[in-house]
Amino acid sequence: MSSETQNKAKEISEKWDNNPENIIEMMHDIQDEYKYLPREVIESLSNESNVPVSKILNIATFYNAFSLKPKGKHKICVCMGTPCHTLGAARVAEALERELKIKMGETTPDLKYSLEETRCLSACGLAPVVVIGEDLYGPATVPNIPKLLKKYEKK
Amino acid sequence: MKPYTIQLMICAGTGCVSNQSFEIKEVLEKEIKKHNLQNEAMVVTTGCNGFCGAGPIMVVQPDGIFYQYLKVTDIPYLVEEHLVKGRPVKKFMYVPPKEEIPIPRMNKIPFFSGQTLVALRNRGMIDPEFIEDYIARGGYRALAKVLTTMSPDEVLKEIKKSGLRGRGGGGFPTGVKWETCKKIPGDRKFVICNADEGDPGAFMDRSIIEGDPHSVIEGMIIGAYAIENVREGYIYVRMEYPLAIKRFNIAVQQAKDNGLLGDNIFDTNFCFDIKVRRGAGAFVCGESTALMASIMGNPGEPRAKYIHTVEKGLYDCPTCLNNVETWANIPQIVLKGADWFTGIGTGDVTHDPWGGSKGTKVFSLAGKVNNTGLVEVPMGITLREIVFNVGGGIRDGKRFKAVQTGGPSGGFIPESLVDLPVDYDELTKVGSMMGSGGMVVLDENNCMVDMAKFFLRFTQDESCGKCVPCREGTKRMYDILYRITKGEGKEEDLDLLEELSNMIVESSLCALGGSAPNPVLTSLKYFREEYLTHVRDKKCPAKVCRELLTFSIDPEKCLENGHGCGVCEKNCPDGAIYGEKKNVHFIDSMKCGKCGVCFDVCKFGAITVE
Amino acid sequence: MAKLKIEDLEKITEEFKRKMTLREGAGRVKITVHLGTCGIAAGARKIMNSFMEEIEKSKATDIIMTTSGCAGLCSREPMATVEVIGNAPIKYVDLTIDKVKIIFDKHVMKGAFVQEYALSVGSEKIQ
Repeated sequence: MSSETQNKAKEISEKWDNNPENIIEMMHDIQDEYKYLPREVIESLSNESNVPVSKILNIATFYNAFSLKPKGKHKICVCMGTPCHTLGAARVAEALERELKIKMGETTPDLKYSLEETRCLSACGLAPVVVIGEDLYGPATVPNIPKLLKKYEKK
Repeated sequence: MKPYTIQLMICAGTGCVSNQSFEIKEVLEKEIKKHNLQNEAMVVTTGCNGFCGAGPIMVVQPDGIFYQYLKVTDIPYLVEEHLVKGRPVKKFMYVPPKEEIPIPRMNKIPFFSGQTLVALRNRGMIDPEFIEDYIARGGYRALAKVLTTMSPDEVLKEIKKSGLRGRGGGGFPTGVKWETCKKIPGDRKFVICNADEGDPGAFMDRSIIEGDPHSVIEGMIIGAYAIENVREGYIYVRMEYPLAIKRFNIAVQQAKDNGLLGDNIFDTNFCFDIKVRRGAGAFVCGESTALMASIMGNPGEPRAKYIHTVEKGLYDCPTCLNNVETWANIPQIVLKGADWFTGIGTGDVTHDPWGGSKGTKVFSLAGKVNNTGLVEVPMGITLREIVFNVGGGIRDGKRFKAVQTGGPSGGFIPESLVDLPVDYDELTKVGSMMGSGGMVVLDENNCMVDMAKFFLRFTQDESCGKCVPCREGTKRMYDILYRITKGEGKEEDLDLLEELSNMIVESSLCALGGSAPNPVLTSLKYFREEYLTHVRDKKCPAKVCRELLTFSIDPEKCLENGHGCGVCEKNCPDGAIYGEKKNVHFIDSMKCGKCGVCFDVCKFGAITVE
Repeated sequence: MAKLKIEDLEKITEEFKRKMTLREGAGRVKITVHLGTCGIAAGARKIMNSFMEEIEKSKATDIIMTTSGCAGLCSREPMATVEVIGNAPIKYVDLTIDKVKIIFDKHVMKGAFVQEYALSVGSEKIQ
């Protein structure tokens, strides 16, 4: 186990008072830091916070926020709220699948992009909505997808 | 402070921010400096203005000139014309659908003038990151009034008398909830703000938090005082609302710094503090027991509510949970009195707290409507007024088909019921529900079977899996709907769907399962013909269910309008389109994957869908 | 930061009131200086600044000060319109800094309009 991950886990656990009840907040911080929950860090966190690994994994698989696999550098989320659905989100999702040559929920082999569905982002005025990293785009249309992705090609 | 002559109120809600309102603010300030107007003009970032479909939005005060769809590149011209030369710029103003003359003033635009603001009273008026702005608009006066002139019992009595009902969905009378929680013995109690209601298409909670977080905090403090023995509160926010989380954290910190949270508030012996917790992307956590499980660091699984959370909630202590909008209403009721509140809305709540729907409700209007955004209207207004007056009618002149209210727990309300007055009880009567206030407008191009399938897929995904009826039942229902949309449905399927629905409603553990079949039941009730067309004729009248469609090319349009441009051939991912350049193109229906790309890329309308 | 007392709420409100009054468009008096091209050329900015100084001096918080475009009577610039809310707006023409002081004192603060500097009572209707 590397000391770097140990230190990180320690720092995050302390930020939340080493209190097992705050485990979800701690996991959020780890997810933000690494974009997924690396096994090593989960084990360190378990030591620091006294929450069993099994429970951390239970929470990680229950909530959509956490991922146990590495994600692409740019996480692309297609909003699947009702207004987005009525205005063609499914077609936008397909267009992204075609462009990136991966299916929903997958990551490109070069770890550049991950494609995911997300719950309503409450930006319904802009439906259909696509989020790339922290940037929100809307209304997203099928013909616009290639242009949108181009912005991230070199990033 | 400087006597500014003009204030530029630019919206910094999620929608407008994604369309660069912060960049616009920077350029505005730069241009104002350039023209040496910094002592006259002030730029203010406000919370969500509500008219999200037209963002980024800016209102120029004191004249209330409303600008929409602004771009960074428009700003130098706008500053020069409006601020330097004093000529408001018509081309950035709102033009009503089907009209040509712009409406310069915000309060003359039907979207705004048709609204009554209580929970959203500060929207567009304050910078949500400054507590002083909130105070200057009368903020924390209700708290001062309560702590100095009212006993906890008097506060409770006032809230009960107001007839306020929970804005999160079920419409449980708030005063009754508070009273029950107060009566249960215990010296450690909690109040919680549920900001995790994730009904897709309902964004009022996000908007209230982003625009006016202190109103929620003030409401919670007052609630804690009235219920007594409450020293701790939690705000549980969806992680999908990063900006809302940020603004809540700022607001709570400011309230602490100013002694409005913490020990001995306003030098009384009343102490109360709030913690903000992030959700983790589970819809079921909008359910009270699941939410409390999540705050305690567990997976968000609901429990059976033989014992209500007001008796045993968070850490097994009596807990009072209300949603964002409910809390935001509290300070206004305290300040203006219950009689003012009961003057708005329907029914009579003098003797029966369930006797009517009082006050206003914030709806988020989205889907196929011209003016998408947040609208706050008095209870009892008709659907027609909301969709056609405030909402400006249906986009692109299409035919109105239905309104979906209440999210995955609600149902569809068909065109024939458009004059229905909107309140808790009327919506329940027609098989839908208020929910947290999402209103998604559907037009003739939306297929009801597809919509029902959409919601079932949602509940199926979000079912926590603890109880069988919800976990397995919704899956089977989804399978049947999927079959119907593929053209493999049978007529008996419709009866089976109803049977399964009733079983799930009866036997699920929590409201997620108990209300999951509503979209199916209401669509079957009001749009049975459309289901039958799918089942008998294997057709989708709205042209949505892909397996039931055929794509072809209209040879005349292709040749005469498009001169056989070949764009469809180039874009077809299945290689199903043939044709020489400058000649008519054809679709090979055997190879066609029905993705619809050709339809999107053809500029000449030559692709026909049957 | 110090803990807020109830009296502080009023202090903050007073301090920010002018900002809020302007924002709400709902003051007791509204002064509009016409800043069209010829207005500016005739010194309307100076007029505006002196109105602002007067407001500052008076410490009043219920006066909205704003600008608008050309009023259409270029030969009588600089012009300003003073409207005590509820009464008809009065247009003043050929303004000087001295006139501003008198108008502010008599009309804005005391509500009696200064007939000798006024052009007209009322205003064209805006649709």
